[in-house]
Amino acid sequence: MKVKVKVWRQKNAKDKGGFKEYEVLTDPDSSFLEMMDVLNQDLLNKKEDPVAFDHDCREGICGACSMYINGQPHGPSKGTTTCQLHMRSFKNGDSITIEPWRASAFPVIKDLVVDRTAFDRIIQAGGYISVNTGNAVDANSIPIEKDKADEAFAAAACIGCGACVAACKNASAMLFVSAKVSHLALLPQGAPEADLRAAKMLNQMDEEGFGSCTNTQACEAMCPKEISIKHIARLNRQFFKSGFSGNQ
Amino acid sequence: MQLDSKIPKGDLADKWTNYKSKVKLVSPANKRRIEVIVIGSGLAGASAAASMAEMGYKVKCFCFQDSPRRAHSIAAQGGINAAKNYQNDGDSVFRLFYDTIKGGDFRSREANVHRLAEVSASIIDQCVAQGVPFAREYGGLLANRSFGGVQVSRTFYASGQTGQQLLLGAYSALSRQIGKGQVEMFNRHEMLDVVMIDGKARGIISRELITGKIDRHFGHAVVLASGGYGNVFFLSTNAMGSNVTAAWKAHKRGALMANPCFTQIHPTCIPVAGEHQSKLTLMSESLRNDGRVWVPKKKEDCNKDPRQIKEEDRDYYLERIYPAFGNLVPRDVASRAAKYMVDEGRGVGKTGVAVYLDFSDAIKRLGKHVIEERYSNLFEMYQRITDENPYEQPMRIYPAVHYTMGGLWVDYELSTNIPGLYAIGEANFSDHGANRLGASALMQGLADGYFVLPYTIGNYLANEIRVDAIPTTHVAFDEAEKKVKDRIAKLLSIQGNQTVDHFHKKLGKIMWDKCGMSRHGDGLRQAQKEIAQLREEFWSDVYIPGTDAEFNPELEKAGRVADFLELGELMVLDALTREESCGGHFREEFRTAEGEADRRDDLFTFVSAWNHTGVGQEAELVKEELEFNNVELKVRSYK
Repeated sequence: MKVKVKVWRQKNAKDKGGFKEYEVLTDPDSSFLEMMDVLNQDLLNKKEDPVAFDHDCREGICGACSMYINGQPHGPSKGTTTCQLHMRSFKNGDSITIEPWRASAFPVIKDLVVDRTAFDRIIQAGGYISVNTGNAVDANSIPIEKDKADEAFAAAACIGCGACVAACKNASAMLFVSAKVSHLALLPQGAPEADLRAAKMLNQMDEEGFGSCTNTQACEAMCPKEISIKHIARLNRQFFKSGFSGNQ
Repeated sequence: MQLDSKIPKGDLADKWTNYKSKVKLVSPANKRRIEVIVIGSGLAGASAAASMAEMGYKVKCFCFQDSPRRAHSIAAQGGINAAKNYQNDGDSVFRLFYDTIKGGDFRSREANVHRLAEVSASIIDQCVAQGVPFAREYGGLLANRSFGGVQVSRTFYASGQTGQQLLLGAYSALSRQIGKGQVEMFNRHEMLDVVMIDGKARGIISRELITGKIDRHFGHAVVLASGGYGNVFFLSTNAMGSNVTAAWKAHKRGALMANPCFTQIHPTCIPVAGEHQSKLTLMSESLRNDGRVWVPKKKEDCNKDPRQIKEEDRDYYLERIYPAFGNLVPRDVASRAAKYMVDEGRGVGKTGVAVYLDFSDAIKRLGKHVIEERYSNLFEMYQRITDENPYEQPMRIYPAVHYTMGGLWVDYELSTNIPGLYAIGEANFSDHGANRLGASALMQGLADGYFVLPYTIGNYLANEIRVDAIPTTHVAFDEAEKKVKDRIAKLLSIQGNQTVDHFHKKLGKIMWDKCGMSRHGDGLRQAQKEIAQLREEFWSDVYIPGTDAEFNPELEKAGRVADFLELGELMVLDALTREESCGGHFREEFRTAEGEADRRDDLFTFVSAWNHTGVGQEAELVKEELEFNNVELKVRSYK
């Protein structure tokens, strides 16, 4: 099959950037990134600069891949990262527009590669349980209801790709932040720091220049791991509590 | 050269306890002045960096990814072993030790493996305390499952995303220390050389991948946690960026590389679909708990819809050949058996290079919801890639390169033969012998990082407290930086006609065909010539666009493939000199009448550690004899 791709090319952070069109010969069983590999091999054979894009595990778990495909983060398949998207989701002759994540907190580095270190800084601000190596008690001494453990796991499944930010008209990082806050607050081990954690992470989120949440739910719809927005509600509750207890 | 493995004296079960009671300590005031460099932020690197920072050391941690959370440990699926005996099924530290030694086909060090089994239980405690959401039973306690090569249930898991959850735990501990300023994190940085001063590792040269800037970093010690080298095969389950570069630079500075030919071919991966395939995807070994592996008895059935093939026309060959372990034989055994079926012409699917992994019996027995709960993310991934629904038809699977047991030689303290240079996790060779058991890689990475290295490194650093930070203007940094810059300049100056991937694919094919699931002396000798020639072509005809002063992924890849082209030759040499079959290393000339591995204990009960003597020159073999005082060397049987 043959597709026409319209790719955002931008030499570096200072460059203005713009779209360029290419034709690529691919096949339905190829992954989307394998289609991009073919494009890059074509460009290299013509001694042109290949398209830079982030990718690593290609199994949908590392969270590196980050393309905005035809107006949707990670493209048209629900609950699927770009690396797990396959060309059988497109038709022969299709035109595909590929852009980087657009958010001021995620500046473009080159072409489709953006800087997502803001997410790391949010975690560094408080996205953890304060326990040093060697401090732990026997794992089975803290029984946890299965439902709660499962819910914590569902929140912890976030891969930190940033699709929620890219999908949001305000470029809010609330789904990312709330998933981590929920994951840890649902577990008894994480309870003692729950209020403080929420406050610290939200402060950092604001500092990084992410927008605020206006409940449009685009993040949930576009999340490749289908993280639920009920975590945002939980985060808001936690935040109000932390405000009342003076932890802001 | 003589190797000292520094195994403590005393009974096997007391060695680690005795060692810990006598190991030198560094006082808190001195820890503050000591700097440690950690390369890699996977399970081993992140846990080591976090733990050492908690202890008070100043740590610098480097990763090539855009965030430490993306290290490839994140992709591990099935689980992590620990001798907790929560299931009351007779598990113990000794059994985990024994299973690991036996699973490794008696080619690993007793003392290291026993220590691994001893600390395994603490890992689970630590992870739960961090908030890792392991699977639980309705009573609220932790759930377990079985993995290959063992007869107990000691594997802890978080759906099919155990690696992700454990890595995010280690990442959160690391992030906490970064937030406190105790760890300085360098994302999108690649280590390109070790700096040696007076015979000790004293720092590194790194490249900032976004700007191309070459930096110098001092450390009282350098820890390599840079993972395995499975990508030498081009197609593997490793991440695209996984590479040998850090370990290889250390090797070229004098660190010995041990058992490099010991690679693990994982039996259950999604088969190759086409020529543009860029990587292979694992389907967790945990699936063999409930899935049954089979091929049609008759060749003419191979193209039929598998659901139409009657029960009596199916050959559940693992259950037939290995009744004691059935579908849960170790990985090397399961992989070879699949290869034999395909070689016999009984492979299935469009390419004929696959076997079935069938869940229909388990779904009938347990109900679809149970299978969903156990494996839903894996089933979804399978369907996304193949467009087939494994709830309705059997999966097609085939072996693929997954893990490398070989790696930098380390002693009991996880130190390489270069003082001050340590290797942990998959980057070292120490615990898995010739074959790793499932769910043991996560265990080893975290054991090394949380519970072993933070102790053993003190034994070295205690003697370094009088050493002030060496300025990076030292001539050794000048020399190393020049070497790095010259090599980059040389790569960019070639301006040939072939892409980096072209060479990588060619190398991968040579390695897979001649140094893969089975090896033969003739093929290996041929591979030596082919690799040497390919390397020459690479250095005269590779094309790399752009400059060194910008974000240039092709340049990064080229440097890594150049190192793979040297490593490949060493792997082949190692495979050639090991004239026996053991674990993942199967030499066709050395097999029993039944076709099983013929291990030659009288001749090859040693670790092959290789000393670099120059590119294109035969490395020097240094042997570490393996002593077995607590287990009897047996023919490994799973029948």
